[in-house]
Amino acid sequence: MSATNPARPGRQKNRNRIKTPASFLAFNYLGKLLVGLVALTCLLPFIMLVSASFTNETYIATHGFDLWPGELSTKAYETLFKNPSDIFRAYGVTLVVTGAGTLAGLMLISMTAYVLSRKDLKYRNRIAFFFYFTTLFNGGLISTYIFLVRYLGLKNNLLALILPLLFNVFYLLIMRSFMASIPASIIESAKIDGAGEMRVYVQLVLPLAKPGLATIGLFIALDYWNDWYNAMLYISKQALYPLQYLLYNMISSAQALARIASQTQVAVAQLPSQSLRMAMAVVAMGPILLVYPFVQKYFVKGITIGAVKG
Amino acid sequence: MKQRNGFLREMRRNRTLYAMLLPAVLLAVVILYIPMAGLVVAFKNYQYNLGIFDSPWAKYGGFDNFRFLFISGKGFSITLNTAFYNLFNLVTSQALSMVVAIVITEMRGRIFKRATQSVIFLPYFISWIIVGSFAYNFFNYEIGSLNNMMEALGGARVNLYGIPGAWVFIIMAFNCWKWVGYNSIIYIAAITSIDAECYEAADIDGANIWRKIAYITLPSVKPTVIVIFLLNISRILRGDFQMFFQLIGMNGQLFNATDVIDTYVFRSLISGGDVGMTAAATLYQSVLCFLIIIAVNWLVKRTEPDYALF
Repeated sequence: MSATNPARPGRQKNRNRIKTPASFLAFNYLGKLLVGLVALTCLLPFIMLVSASFTNETYIATHGFDLWPGELSTKAYETLFKNPSDIFRAYGVTLVVTGAGTLAGLMLISMTAYVLSRKDLKYRNRIAFFFYFTTLFNGGLISTYIFLVRYLGLKNNLLALILPLLFNVFYLLIMRSFMASIPASIIESAKIDGAGEMRVYVQLVLPLAKPGLATIGLFIALDYWNDWYNAMLYISKQALYPLQYLLYNMISSAQALARIASQTQVAVAQLPSQSLRMAMAVVAMGPILLVYPFVQKYFVKGITIGAVKG
Repeated sequence: MKQRNGFLREMRRNRTLYAMLLPAVLLAVVILYIPMAGLVVAFKNYQYNLGIFDSPWAKYGGFDNFRFLFISGKGFSITLNTAFYNLFNLVTSQALSMVVAIVITEMRGRIFKRATQSVIFLPYFISWIIVGSFAYNFFNYEIGSLNNMMEALGGARVNLYGIPGAWVFIIMAFNCWKWVGYNSIIYIAAITSIDAECYEAADIDGANIWRKIAYITLPSVKPTVIVIFLLNISRILRGDFQMFFQLIGMNGQLFNATDVIDTYVFRSLISGGDVGMTAAATLYQSVLCFLIIIAVNWLVKRTEPDYALF
């Protein structure tokens, strides 16, 4: 790209007080086009999904999916909520697992990350490797399954949904980088004033680490909210299905549709199956999207990778 | 003797800090380290009634399960697929995310900036189940939007679920799409931490935007790129099970081009219950990943010691 190539010569007249070089204008417009396109691709499927959930079933069958409901219908949601006990119970399971898991995981990760970021701790690198090693080597699907089910007896137990996602080593590394950016002198002076280690962590470090906590907290919450894999392995009782697994069943198995049909006393063939699946997807992703605006402001501050070495 | 005193003194001096590490260490031992012992089942002829430790050893000096994995030629093809997809997806998604991050930090227009940044994070929030239904909405033969669009433009309908080669690119695109928000935040965080004086000095010297990107931005995000590269190399033989399972599912027509170790193992476990081979594949993944990351880390340590992981 040549610097002297004027991409849009006409624009420069309006800005003659602070002259914007043509090279920047070219970058700015090309860049906006690209990022705009990426953003559009990220947004459209969501609009299509919501639109399909509000579209008349026969219209979908003949016209396919559209960005706007061709024929507005709320039948899918009516069917879904005619007998909502399954959905509400799944919401309950997901909320309990997400709430408990996020809280416990955040406490565990922040405390460990803080200690490992303390440069005066002699064995911090060895202990960090002890954790990192588990990302290279682990028991894998089968021995973890046998261990949790046979030896800990966690089949059809909500702990089986919480434990596997509780301690993510990658989040630990991000959090440690973040904790390392807290000046050691602040911690030093608090200790000189007589504060114990635990008090320094709770009253000084945690408030300073708010952006990191918000970011990692959201990541952990998403892991729990979107988990269907552990439910597929460890949960067989319908009463303990989390939301995503309920959705998965509805999408992939005719059995789940038959269950809805019998609950709502409609023949399976008459169920609005396409729009019903879309409506269920909307119900399953809705609440977590609402959290996003509240934590977004912490995001850029909360993630530091590679900038600070522990 | 002296060293033991050093160890004891360190333990006494930082006893609160070490105590704070205890919950995480215990958890890692229980749910990550103990199940590793179960990998011994890779060398056994597993029998459900006998359990892991009492099952008899497998034939061929315990290596029967490994032999079985490779004898069909399946072992090699899924290994190649896994490594290929991981590298291809890593490079494409990181490149896109970096470009997006650079554009977002440099471009003009506050509202456009904030809006696009919020929107590209949306895909990160949803489970692969919902992404799978997006793919279905878009690609399916009867009512998919892509086929509707093709037909409206005068083309013929295409059954993409029967064309394995296309899925290399579809999977790449979905992977980019899902992670672009998350990855670009990491780069945005790295770019915003660059000292603004560097850019001001470059402005005074008359550098244009392309030069500033090439000589200031890119060198400054190098540590981030290297850490992300290393972390991904350490899991190069682990396939993203959730992505492949939700996009491809049980569609046998696509397996040649899209089967990775994790999906193959999962299928043989649920269809035949082959516990021994599953464990053999896990062990094989772990050992190879471990050797590869040790080698790559050794290389990095020799050329750029600051960037080594450990």
